[in-house]
Amino acid sequence: MEVSSAEAALSVSASSIRITDVTQDGDVLTFALTSQKLDSSAGVCVFRIYEDFDWLQQSLFSQENLPGLQGIIFPPLPSKALPSQSNTQTKALKQLGFLALGQDWQSYCKALEFYLQQVAAHPTLCKCKALDSFLFNSESPGKQRGRKGIFNRLSQAVEEMRKESHKDVDNFFQNERNKNTNLAALSKVATEKLLDVVMTEQKLALACGHFSTSLHLCVNQDDASAVAFSKVCLKLSDVIEAVKRNLEKVASNNLSTLGLGLDLESRYQEAEKEMLFRRTCKLIELETVKKGTEKAKANKREVLEAFQKAVEKEFNLISSVAKQEIERFHSSHVNVLKNFLIGWCEVQLNTAKEFAELYSQHLEACRNMYSE
Amino acid sequence: MFLSRLRLPSSEIQSTLTCNGQSAMSGGCGRNPPPFPDNEDQEAELDTQVLDSDDDDDEGEDIFTGARSKPITPTSAPDEGDIFSEEGSYVRSDVHHATNGLHSDEELDLFTEATVELTLTNTTSQGRREIIGPTASACNTTRVPNSILKPSIVTKTMEELEEEESGDQFELNIAVTNPEKIGDGMNAYMSYKVSTQTTLPMFLNKTFSVRRRFSDFLGLYEKISAKHSLLGCIIPPPPQKSVVGMTKVKVGKEDSSSAEFVEKRRAALERYLQRVVAHPSLLQDPDVREFLERDELPRAVNTQALSGPGLLKMINRASDAVNKMTIKMNESDNWFESKLQEVENEEQLLRRLHAAVDSLVNHRKELCSNTVVFSKSVAMLGSVEENSALSRALSQLAEVEDKMEQLHQQQAFSDFFILAELLADYVRLLGAVRCCFEQRMKVWQRLQEAQSTLQKKREAEAKLLWANKPEKLQQAKDDINEWESKVSQYERDFERVTCTVRKEMLRFEKEKARDFKQHIVKYLESLLHTQHRLVKCWEAFLPEAKAIA
Repeated sequence: MEVSSAEAALSVSASSIRITDVTQDGDVLTFALTSQKLDSSAGVCVFRIYEDFDWLQQSLFSQENLPGLQGIIFPPLPSKALPSQSNTQTKALKQLGFLALGQDWQSYCKALEFYLQQVAAHPTLCKCKALDSFLFNSESPGKQRGRKGIFNRLSQAVEEMRKESHKDVDNFFQNERNKNTNLAALSKVATEKLLDVVMTEQKLALACGHFSTSLHLCVNQDDASAVAFSKVCLKLSDVIEAVKRNLEKVASNNLSTLGLGLDLESRYQEAEKEMLFRRTCKLIELETVKKGTEKAKANKREVLEAFQKAVEKEFNLISSVAKQEIERFHSSHVNVLKNFLIGWCEVQLNTAKEFAELYSQHLEACRNMYSE
Repeated sequence: MFLSRLRLPSSEIQSTLTCNGQSAMSGGCGRNPPPFPDNEDQEAELDTQVLDSDDDDDEGEDIFTGARSKPITPTSAPDEGDIFSEEGSYVRSDVHHATNGLHSDEELDLFTEATVELTLTNTTSQGRREIIGPTASACNTTRVPNSILKPSIVTKTMEELEEEESGDQFELNIAVTNPEKIGDGMNAYMSYKVSTQTTLPMFLNKTFSVRRRFSDFLGLYEKISAKHSLLGCIIPPPPQKSVVGMTKVKVGKEDSSSAEFVEKRRAALERYLQRVVAHPSLLQDPDVREFLERDELPRAVNTQALSGPGLLKMINRASDAVNKMTIKMNESDNWFESKLQEVENEEQLLRRLHAAVDSLVNHRKELCSNTVVFSKSVAMLGSVEENSALSRALSQLAEVEDKMEQLHQQQAFSDFFILAELLADYVRLLGAVRCCFEQRMKVWQRLQEAQSTLQKKREAEAKLLWANKPEKLQQAKDDINEWESKVSQYERDFERVTCTVRKEMLRFEKEKARDFKQHIVKYLESLLHTQHRLVKCWEAFLPEAKAIA
């Protein structure tokens, strides 16, 4: 989300990228996207669907002639949203977590926006032509079926799991891998638990609404005492209604700040994990080649040694890129979380104050009404 | 702990309407109202639901009642409804002689010399009944409520009834505290301290306390009900029995659900007593005084036997029979019919409201546990994080969430004790109100029967005259006289009960509105308190978040 002024060849201002609107047509969500080129003051607006985002991500993965590409921590793209009616909320929650909640796909759009901003802010990725084309071509680039990226999502094959725990040759990376494993797991858990809290807050708000509505049924104009009692019930109904709105606001605050932040953090930790895994795979490849070379007969040895050198060079490149990426990631992740935490605290504080004021007014009104 | 302020009128004889303290309904009936809800299973669920949502023991019904406590007043109710026997006698230190329109010696004793034991249990004393007549004219110099003087009681307007409500204040505060477990195993029981603080002269001391157990409270209810329900009073129902809850306590399960159960019961017992003493007639009942004052009470054993399910069905059937009578009742005005309908409607509404609040309380408790889990997960995240400022901020975040959990917990308690229990109490009180109406119908029924018997006697006499059998004529004439006086007695009774019920309703409705108002204010105060603490939490966290570098 930060744009470094030292990055040349940036044609777009990362912070200007916004998803301003989303429309739903059956199963398909269309996003209205605006952004601004660095050298112009005019904004450009385009319309994209999820497949376009996917195309962009694949294009980023499959860039050629980019040394150490595998060492890059790719900004995580949220999963595809399936807004159809048949998709129950539980399914949506499983798939998207926090991004499934909130009204009108607000959180989801925000997450997509972050994704684009991070791509545009990345020193290497921002240079990718695909990004330009994605942001500024009026025609949807997703229609071009490009090559599938070299690396797709990590599968859960047992073999992969074994590779993941392969011991590293470099302490720095071994530590990083350990820390990342921890952080990725913990932030995922924290995100899930916050999601539970938000869901319960929403249920509580609903229960308040139900109670408040039921109180309205107590209205009875038959005689003076019934009228008096009805007034009391209506007053309580108002109070409970206020409690309900309070809860809704608290839940939505949680959702739009901390929830979004934890979700992003969790997905980013996964992205780092994927990068580290790629590097580990390369390491395994290198070690396998080395072993092969040692065992090789003299006539094949030269070829193998040349091959080994190539792999080693690739591996070293990946490692050096990875190191940079890791440092960049560490500092930015602290900043990202900081901003989310501050935003969350401020918005919750405002809401808390607002409702303290409202309750206070209700209390005053009640005391005045009821003083006998 | 809620202390009630009881204001007793000193300037007028009031019947049952004048208490301005906690809502005090007096009304008993031959049939006691089902503690809410009606469904036995539901009740057991209700008890456990709030206390311990993990408890699936819905079979834990009260072995005696099916989780209902319904002490039953003997069906052989005395047929003289002395509605004014308890009423009209108030404690005043300055105007003893003026207090009673009813000058029975016993009643004077009650108020002038607190040390004398009163035998007001004998409500059907012939002597008292006769007093009412002549007293009315003899006490013109005293300020006697019009209701006693006026022959046509039922024509009294509501305004006049309301005017009677005023008076000086005597204090009576009751608190139920210090629950203690006595004994071990299944014979164990909880003993509660009942403390009274009063300026009423009818008590021996100004401050005193005794220890009582739950069955004592039920015993008190039985005694009161036996005496006062026939008069058309609305008698406050006692808290419900709960085998599940008590068993946990007996077994010695030292967890939060047992503690909650004991607290719930303690608070319910306190409210029960406060309602009893807020009712002017009940306060003067010597059983009530004895309950508050006497060190050792004889163990009330009937409470168990009388709450069997068989008896329950009998009551229900009796009540149904009475209900069918109402159709034939020829009301001089629509008031009773429409009021009863209102009461029934309201009871249903309050049940719904209670269910809504119950679900609210449960959701809040769920929020508590979710918050705790989230807090732990954030704490773990903070412990692993390398950046020290972020790590500190995350642990602070975990602490904030912990504090919020406490706030949620407190709010859940408020929801429960302020709103849910209020609604539950009123559902049961409305049941007591219904009983009160039914009591009136019973009195009417008795009148009808007497009238038809009188008619038969007259016909018998006519037959004898026609058949010319003079020797049996005297007997027939005697019969007719007997029944004529009975009929006129029952007519008077009916008028009195009608008047009492009207007054009781008026008082009940006022008290209900007052009660609810008080509770809304309490609830708002608790909301505001929580909200302020929440603001403080966030204000404390903000600098921590900003300090992350």
